[in-house]
Amino acid sequence: MTDDPSSDTTTSSATRSTTTSWENRAMTTTHGVRPAPRARRAAAASGGTRPESPARGGRGATTVTSAGPSIGSRVLSLLSASWRPVAVLLVLFAAWWFVAWREMVPAYLIPSPGAVWQTMVDDWAMLLEHTWVTTMETIIGFVLAAVIGVATAVLLVYSKTAEKALYPLILFAQVIPKIAIAPILVVWFGFGLTPKIVLAVLIAFFPVVVSAVAGLRSVDPELLELSATMGASRWKTFRKIRFPGSLPQLMSGLKVAVTLAVVGAVVGEFVGADRGLGYILLLASGNLDAPLLFADLILMSMIGVVLFLLVEVLERVLIPWHASRRGNLALASS
Amino acid sequence: MTTAAALEASGPAVDTEPIIEVSNLSMRFRSKRSETLALDDVSLSVMPGEFVTIAGPSGCGKSTLLKIIAGLTLVTDGEVRLYGERVTRPQREIGFAFQRSALLEWRGVRKNILLQAEMRGMDRRHAEERAEHLIELTGLTGFEKALPHELSGGMQQRVALCRALLHEPRVLLMDEPFGALDALTREQMNIEMNRIWRETGTTVVLVTHSVPEAVFLGSRIVVMSPRPGRIVETLVPGLPDEREYSTTLTDPRFTTAAERLRDLLGASHVAE
Ligand SMILES: Nc1ncnc2c1ncn2[C@@H]1O[C@H](COP(=O)(O)OP(=O)(O)O)[C@@H](O)[C@H]1O
Ligand SMILES: [Mg+2]
Repeated sequence: MTDDPSSDTTTSSATRSTTTSWENRAMTTTHGVRPAPRARRAAAASGGTRPESPARGGRGATTVTSAGPSIGSRVLSLLSASWRPVAVLLVLFAAWWFVAWREMVPAYLIPSPGAVWQTMVDDWAMLLEHTWVTTMETIIGFVLAAVIGVATAVLLVYSKTAEKALYPLILFAQVIPKIAIAPILVVWFGFGLTPKIVLAVLIAFFPVVVSAVAGLRSVDPELLELSATMGASRWKTFRKIRFPGSLPQLMSGLKVAVTLAVVGAVVGEFVGADRGLGYILLLASGNLDAPLLFADLILMSMIGVVLFLLVEVLERVLIPWHASRRGNLALASS
Repeated sequence: MTTAAALEASGPAVDTEPIIEVSNLSMRFRSKRSETLALDDVSLSVMPGEFVTIAGPSGCGKSTLLKIIAGLTLVTDGEVRLYGERVTRPQREIGFAFQRSALLEWRGVRKNILLQAEMRGMDRRHAEERAEHLIELTGLTGFEKALPHELSGGMQQRVALCRALLHEPRVLLMDEPFGALDALTREQMNIEMNRIWRETGTTVVLVTHSVPEAVFLGSRIVVMSPRPGRIVETLVPGLPDEREYSTTLTDPRFTTAAERLRDLLGASHVAE
């Protein structure tokens, strides 16, 4: 371990030389109780060592700094977190390549990776344009679902009447297969962006409402009582206590919602569109153009993955305290 | 008013108005299936500057009593007066410390303390100076930015204490604030609590089910019976305001009061 934790202890007790001896005792006691978060993160990031042991080794010092780990160790921890799924992907890719290479399946069913790649290179301008359309539909749908969903959740949590009147309906509406609504939406809104966005909103709305309601309800009642003894208004209580406290649950709802928004947009395009990846997918399937079909599918998945990662980044920015609290996943599962 | 009467009136706690006055309080919780009488005819007066500890077995209504005083729970019968005025809604001229520290886990130590100021719309500069002072007073210096989960239980309670004291309340209500701490940390917090009480002159009502804590801290100890909570006895050990573990614990006034309290609580079949 590079930074010597004991130096922190010495300086902090030295600066408190005026305090009585029991206080120092208190400090030393508390120093002994918790593993150092920074030391743990740094150690976990430093390559192949299993994360548990550095956490134990890190005991005996609390370095309380809000400075995050360095860029280098962040990259390292990202690598150590992602090599396994990447390995699985590589294996799948190798299997695909092998199947196509030995022509075990006709090429019009499963094209070779090379052919798919060639399609992407040749048709990049066209694919990019349609990817852009689908991405915009998804993002607009997702943002609308997030805003409407959170607003609805606030209404449900703060008004008993609204909860009794609306919550059962929202739950029931979830049972209606949204995909079946798509043709109606086309009838109502035509072939433009609107029906796709509406479908994306309809599909993504539910996880947002449910997670936001759960998050807002999860507030510790004592915090609300505390707020009352501070004479705080409802709005201040919401802004400073309730809403921030709901963010961890809301963010997991948003992650589900963003992937569902992609589905909504694509299904909307299936039903009636002259643009977008869903439209291209139908064309390719009509022409039995397997390479284009696969290229299209890959791009759709990429939209989902990238948007999901963006929400994750947003989560880390908004609630760094939660990420650090969740701590080490390896420790949590052991 | 004659001079003699005026002199007498300014004497210690003889003629001053109680800062908290609880009269004939009863509290009944009703639910569909059952009815619980949590408090039964409780009367209690707290004088300015007093440190009253309320000791009683768990479930006897101590938290309920404190929340009623704070106006967080509406009473079924009887009345509470705070600063001479009847309590009918949540009171903001108090500091309240909960059993679990009730900190916002996304805020650092300093910002958790300053929540009090933000919620009240206190002057920012003044509040920050005050927070600085309290952080120093409770030995939290160097941990201003630490998040609650990075702190030990004792330190979390100190943060909650600072927050409850930030706006210089005349009355501090504490609900088993050190209940979750280990014995050693608890002793330390008790000494600290005693010092803060002496230094700030705040009136404190502290609920506990620990015998040593009740006697060590209280200038008066109110003992409650198991549910329905009634006040069975009030102990005034007459110890000096300044308490120290080395001398206070062996003081005969302490041991007598502690023994009596233990008997009273033991008689109600409740282990500490
Ligand atoms: N909001 C409530 N609704 C119903 N019963 C309650 C409520 N709050 C407290 N009680 C009951 O009142 C009694 C006293 O509770 P409490 O004041 O928390 O006791 P203590 O703090 O002394 O342990 C308990 O039996 C408890 O179950
Ligand atoms: Mg209680």
